[in-house]
Amino acid sequence: MRRQGNQLILPGLDRQAHAQDRVRPDGFLHCPDAQFNLQGYQKPMNVFRAIGLTLLFLLTTLSSSGAAEADLRAIIAKFATAKGFSETGVVVHELAATGDAAVERPLAALADGNLYVRQADSLVFVGKETGETVALFDPLSGKASGEAAKGDVTKIKVNNTLRRAIRDALGTLTLGAKDPAARIAAADTMFKTPDAANIEPLDSAIASETVASVKALLEQARAASILVSDRPEADKLAAVALISARGDRDAVSLLTSVEASASGAVKDAAAAAIANINSTLAFWDAGQNIWYGISLGSVLLLAAIGLAITFGVMGVINMAHGEMVMLGAYTTFVVQQVIRTSFPGLFDWSLVIALPLAFLVAALVGLVIERGVIRFLYGRPLETLLATWGVSLILQQAVRSIFGPTNQEVGNPSWMSGSFDVGQLAITWNRLWILVFALSVFAVLLYVMKRTPWGLQMRAVTANRRMAASMGIKTPWVDALTFALGSGIAGIAGVALSQIDNVSPNLGRGYIIDSFMVVVFGGVGNLWGTLVGAFSLGILNKFLEPYAGAVLGKIVVLVLIILFIQKRPRGLFALKGRAVEA
Amino acid sequence: MRGNFSTITKMLSASVVAAGLMMSVPARAADDTIKVGILHSLSGTMAISETTLKDAMLMLIDEQNAKGGLLGKKLEAVVVDPASNWPLFAEKARELISKDKVAAVFGCWTSVSRKSVLPVFSELDNILFYPVQYEGEESERNVFYTGAAPNQQAIPAVDYLMSADGGSVKRWVLEGTDYVYPRTTNKILEAYLKAKGVAPDDIMVNYTPFGFSDWQTEVSAIKKFGSAGKKTAVVSTVNGDANVPFYKELGNQGVKAEDIPVMAFSVGEEELAGLDTAPLVGHLAAWNYFESVDTPENKKFIADWHKFIKNDKRTTNDPMEAHYIGFNMWVKAVEKAGTTDPDKVIDAMVGVSVPNLTGGYSTMMPNHHITKPVLIGEIQADGQFETVSRTPGLVMGDEWSDYLPDSKDLISDWRAPLSCGNFNVATGKCGGKGTN
Repeated sequence: MRRQGNQLILPGLDRQAHAQDRVRPDGFLHCPDAQFNLQGYQKPMNVFRAIGLTLLFLLTTLSSSGAAEADLRAIIAKFATAKGFSETGVVVHELAATGDAAVERPLAALADGNLYVRQADSLVFVGKETGETVALFDPLSGKASGEAAKGDVTKIKVNNTLRRAIRDALGTLTLGAKDPAARIAAADTMFKTPDAANIEPLDSAIASETVASVKALLEQARAASILVSDRPEADKLAAVALISARGDRDAVSLLTSVEASASGAVKDAAAAAIANINSTLAFWDAGQNIWYGISLGSVLLLAAIGLAITFGVMGVINMAHGEMVMLGAYTTFVVQQVIRTSFPGLFDWSLVIALPLAFLVAALVGLVIERGVIRFLYGRPLETLLATWGVSLILQQAVRSIFGPTNQEVGNPSWMSGSFDVGQLAITWNRLWILVFALSVFAVLLYVMKRTPWGLQMRAVTANRRMAASMGIKTPWVDALTFALGSGIAGIAGVALSQIDNVSPNLGRGYIIDSFMVVVFGGVGNLWGTLVGAFSLGILNKFLEPYAGAVLGKIVVLVLIILFIQKRPRGLFALKGRAVEA
Repeated sequence: MRGNFSTITKMLSASVVAAGLMMSVPARAADDTIKVGILHSLSGTMAISETTLKDAMLMLIDEQNAKGGLLGKKLEAVVVDPASNWPLFAEKARELISKDKVAAVFGCWTSVSRKSVLPVFSELDNILFYPVQYEGEESERNVFYTGAAPNQQAIPAVDYLMSADGGSVKRWVLEGTDYVYPRTTNKILEAYLKAKGVAPDDIMVNYTPFGFSDWQTEVSAIKKFGSAGKKTAVVSTVNGDANVPFYKELGNQGVKAEDIPVMAFSVGEEELAGLDTAPLVGHLAAWNYFESVDTPENKKFIADWHKFIKNDKRTTNDPMEAHYIGFNMWVKAVEKAGTTDPDKVIDAMVGVSVPNLTGGYSTMMPNHHITKPVLIGEIQADGQFETVSRTPGLVMGDEWSDYLPDSKDLISDWRAPLSCGNFNVATGKCGGKGTN
């Protein structure tokens, strides 16, 4: 293979090029500095040009492919005439086959949709769009080559198939990268697209690899390549064993295709390995369901915890509870909007800033609702239900008139994006943070209710209003503040939910039924009941879903709750005592 | 206290009545105008999608009036709000036709709202223009379907995924919201895929409730299904609010378009506006129009829209183009018939041809569906779609799917002498029944 020959002989040259590169999470090499911040890039280029030229000379003598710059340019020029994705794909392969590290720049640009053809002379450039003009850069050296109006250049179109081809091509080229993450990405790509031609470069890469974890990945990629090569059966059996040890879905995927095409001992070994991995994965699946259930439970807890106060403690059937959640989400949106326009550096802090504001906004609205509507209706649950329902419609329509009916974009801060693996379990950061957040809100609320004078007054008023009043507690104000607290907590739930759901006027609708379900199931008036209720409903739901589907799963859960309420009308943890029913 | 409350109620009801009077005043004010009904939800769940269409209609009517109106009269929009409430759609449609005496109605989004107004339109003999892609299996004399039938969206989308350009997909996940459009579309797609030689084991169908927000299990099931060593794609008929959490979960769990592309039929520019699309680059959608389509007509339409709505950031989308086409067709048909009488306009509609926004002409066919090109687009980082494939010619809407056993013998032709929406060519009788 020609490509790897160059690659490995010239580690110095291409490592230099990689030093500036950054690996995008999807495995593409991305060269923002190289393309657009030329000052920072050219310096090392100049320093190394002399060495580079010497090495280039060596390269041409050592390797017959002689990927001289002129040849590369000739191939790149073909992009201008390629019609359709398949022809562009052929050029990509040709370019990758040269094995020259310099092709990374045009290929990465193509994958990002930044490769342009100037219509006047059919020359190919890397471009950066700025308004109505496109800044042009040389596809190989990255030198600025002037500007062009948008209409004078044609963007070379890419689609998924092409991006995949480029990713695969770049995978081989980045095996010698300095950044371990780039090598991991390369190994990963080569594992997923095994090719017998990869064995040789992988052998050399394994020999020079110093990081143990990367080495293991490279060996797995090599094993994958051996399985599709014509190596002897013994090698293949060893490869199957190696891949089987990897034990994840990618391994199953690879072995399934091997099983389909192989014969004899290899086929049997692959089948056995698949069965083996699948049985381990089944165990992980159960773990995954529990995690998903806990995560759903934390969302339910967040949505329901405010209601546990307004409905659970105060006994107000508050249909506008979901709208408090929505107001919290919209507060987050407004905060992010202000940060985006005025303080872009603070974006990662946006949620932290939004939390107190969301609490205040929702609490204030809650206070107004309590003073304006609910206080006239204590002890009349039906009227309260209707009135708060009306309030919820008013709030929805108000938000719709102010912000428009469409979804608003609330971004994820970087620390809430992506996922990490625990064994075969992929845990997403946003879900984990929401779980942590839900539990801390719960803890704070529990503290307020049980350990502060205000909490004591709240509980006293709930337990026996008259008695509390005659002890000198200002019951109307306790009512108002309790309702405001419940609403405020719904508001901060909205901050968290804006990270996983739509921020639209309908946001609250989706949570109101679930919230009531959790509170009723857990036991009205008991915060611990809400906690246990939320998590048990979440886990139950997620265990049913893979078997019954989301629709049926939800129905089954509802039926189970109805049956449960028949048996225990006051929920899991019924409030004991001499509470006077309103 | 009670007295106070009832005073408030009285005041409230008085103001509601006043508002009602105000709403209907312009409708009665002038007899020398032609009234056009707009039946889109401005509140409730569907307001998110339908409000834009109401605004688009108002813009089109304004423009027509600026051009001198129609038949020498000014057009006048009568806007009602059915509030995402299906029975209310029928009530409001009745109100528009019998009380406001509109010449035609542009409206509805969900299939259930359309089904709910159908009897009203045939009873009172008026015209409905329906602008949204739908499941087919219907053809009514009083309805003109300017959105896509399944063969104008779903089938070409699957064809693209099966092609070498689309990645030669061998394994399919049909993911949908649990209601009539996804169920019927998936039924058609399943039959189509099987006819193309896809094994039943390679098709996974899954439904989720409306407004579903916890996609963890579904996305990991998709990942699991996709790890069988064959190229896998997801065909998504997930509707409305559920899409944002779905795409967020896909992004977070690292499902990349290069590995498992998601082809959506209900995700347009409007839906993407609420999303950070950087992790979604490469996922697909099939429509008959994209805002990014580069034609002079579209440029003008977008500029007009931004001017009308006074916001440069508002996107345009496929159902808006459908209303653009439908409205222009209606104008042309009224001019052709010389009257707004629905009966005559219905007859004049068939064969009317108007420019669409993608650089061609759309024609109303005898089955009351139109011809359109089908575009496949990939999501870009700026929230727009880049067209990666386009049918070479126009595709004619096929109301009765050829892939469903119940409807493959049915045709529709509203011209005399056949004048039938469900003619069975096998039995030679009018009155066949499709699926759903």
